[in-house]
Amino acid sequence: MSIWQYANPVKFLSLSAKVQPVLWVAAGFCVVVGLIWGFFGTPDDFRQGSTVKIIYLHVPAALMAINAWFMMLITSLIWLVRRHHVSVLAAKAAAPVGMVMTVIALVTGAIWGQPMWGTWWAWDPRLTSFLILFLFYLGYIALWEAIEDPDTAADLTSVLCLVGSVFAVLSRYAVQFWNQGLHQGTSVPVATGGRTVSDVFFYPLVMCMVGFGLLFLALVLYRTGTEIRLRRTAALRARAGGNV
Amino acid sequence: MFDPHILSVSDLSVARGGLPVLAGVGFDLVPGQALILRGPNGSGKTTLLRTIAGLQLPLQGAISGADDRIAYAAHADGLKSMLSVTENLLFWAEIFGYPQIDPALDAYALRPLATRLAGTLSAGQKRRLGLARLMITGRPVWVLDEPTVSLDSSAVAMFADAVRAHLARGGSALIATHIDLGLDADVFDVSAFRAQTNARLGASDEAFL
Amino acid sequence: MKALLVRDIKLAFRAGGGFGLGLAFFLIVTVLVPFSVGPQQALLGSIAPGVLWLGALLACLLSLDRLLALDFEDGTLDLLVTSPLPLEGAVSVKALAHWITTGLPLVLAAPVLGVLLNLPPAGFGWLVASLALGTPALSVIGTFGAALTVGIKRGGLLLSLLVLPLYVPTLIFGAEAARRGALGLDPATPLLMLAGITFATVGLMPFASAAVLRMGLR
Repeated sequence: MSIWQYANPVKFLSLSAKVQPVLWVAAGFCVVVGLIWGFFGTPDDFRQGSTVKIIYLHVPAALMAINAWFMMLITSLIWLVRRHHVSVLAAKAAAPVGMVMTVIALVTGAIWGQPMWGTWWAWDPRLTSFLILFLFYLGYIALWEAIEDPDTAADLTSVLCLVGSVFAVLSRYAVQFWNQGLHQGTSVPVATGGRTVSDVFFYPLVMCMVGFGLLFLALVLYRTGTEIRLRRTAALRARAGGNV
Repeated sequence: MFDPHILSVSDLSVARGGLPVLAGVGFDLVPGQALILRGPNGSGKTTLLRTIAGLQLPLQGAISGADDRIAYAAHADGLKSMLSVTENLLFWAEIFGYPQIDPALDAYALRPLATRLAGTLSAGQKRRLGLARLMITGRPVWVLDEPTVSLDSSAVAMFADAVRAHLARGGSALIATHIDLGLDADVFDVSAFRAQTNARLGASDEAFL
Repeated sequence: MKALLVRDIKLAFRAGGGFGLGLAFFLIVTVLVPFSVGPQQALLGSIAPGVLWLGALLACLLSLDRLLALDFEDGTLDLLVTSPLPLEGAVSVKALAHWITTGLPLVLAAPVLGVLLNLPPAGFGWLVASLALGTPALSVIGTFGAALTVGIKRGGLLLSLLVLPLYVPTLIFGAEAARRGALGLDPATPLLMLAGITFATVGLMPFASAAVLRMGLR
């Protein structure tokens, strides 16, 4: 028994069918409770007023936008090294989800930034980095769409993901060098080694982050299943065509 | 003279577009031998030749004696239309580290065209130039995919002579063609090796079945 | 290797080879800038380093889709793969040929266009230095993009989409060095970062390009 047996598409589908209902329910529960708790159960910030509450969408989305790319990086590597189809299809499935998360983070950031900084958009390092991340998602998805042969597409997009990751990190530092920003420090506790927001805001925020994580997982499992079924259909049709 | 290695193909399965087309292909090509590949359109001749030339990976099986010994020519001749005939040949001669292009020019009667730009040649003349390139690779095994397309009968005779001379020097040739070249060659019919539709040969999408 | 370099440069200079297109594009973009932002000398002078860097970057991008696609279409790539030349070497040489026929002329033309945009006198040297140091990275990264899109019909637009985000760090450090130079500040830090990017990409990207090319041809 090893974890790699789930790299078999058929085994993966049966496992994912069992896990998915639980995931969807858990994700829905966490997101709904977290958001309601955050929006209605917490006091307004003494400086930011009620606008602060957008944090419950903004931070989890931003977190998942980065983690989705990180996940794609790992699954692409697994494909290049071990040639497991499920792995690369999971990367393909995660890309649009990650891109949407990036857009949510950018849009909620703009809505939050307008009353706080007096502008919808500033060329702040964090904002700019997210915009660049968005472009990377766009390129990755476009490359998948452009190549007909699925294995070639998997190979090329995986290499793009690897090279893109290096350049994304490089861009992050380049952008930081280029402009010191307005954005506050990160709100994600593991990144700072401590909390930067008080408990009242922190618990619902954690709830939302967990919820977004579970939601991401459920979406990726669901979309990976779709990709697997598409490939399976194509494989069966190709063989049926050979009989005619 | 060339090194006397044998090109050996054993139990080879090849795929086109992710689907197996040929399975269990095996033959030996000894120095001085020419092997003519036959089979209907779509039977996998081109795929087999590309696999042997190392341009794609086999699903299964082994090819030995192919590394750095193959000169490959297919439908596209790799000619630059804005370079002259001589410049085109000299380029490939330098890439393959071959000393001279004169024999190649003579063998295909290209000398009168030597200074013409390749783009101004007719289809048959371009093909002759593409085939002349084989002679300046210095490689012992010629792997040719439909080499006589758009050649007239005198050019086909030039080509047959060039192949004969190559074999006489200890080279060998693997040629997919439909016409009779008048060579003393063995015939290998690939249609006997057609892959079964549902055969498990290690095609990439088999994991999904 | 040398044969490939000579051939690529020769082809670029022959009719239809596209030499000078990038240069003409660079000129036109630069000429259009005052029309779009207005003729105020002070404004032009302050944006000149950035505009010239962006113009050079776009001019570089312009010829990338011919870099490998032409060789793919006429079968040269298949023959190169079966030749004794290592593919990593071949893509490096092609990137070098691209830089000599596109990047180098841009570097040389940049000071002339700097005059048109009222670049401060202190900036000329640093502009040329930063472009000379940065354009090789643009060619090498571009070759990777060209290798990714080589088998795709009408891959030109996709190529831009893939390559432009990869150009971000080079552009930031290059333009920043030129800007600091023009303002009389010390451009050493961005120049060093730019040099780091160039050396790293020239050393490493050919391996990625060759790997991608092999995958795409299969």
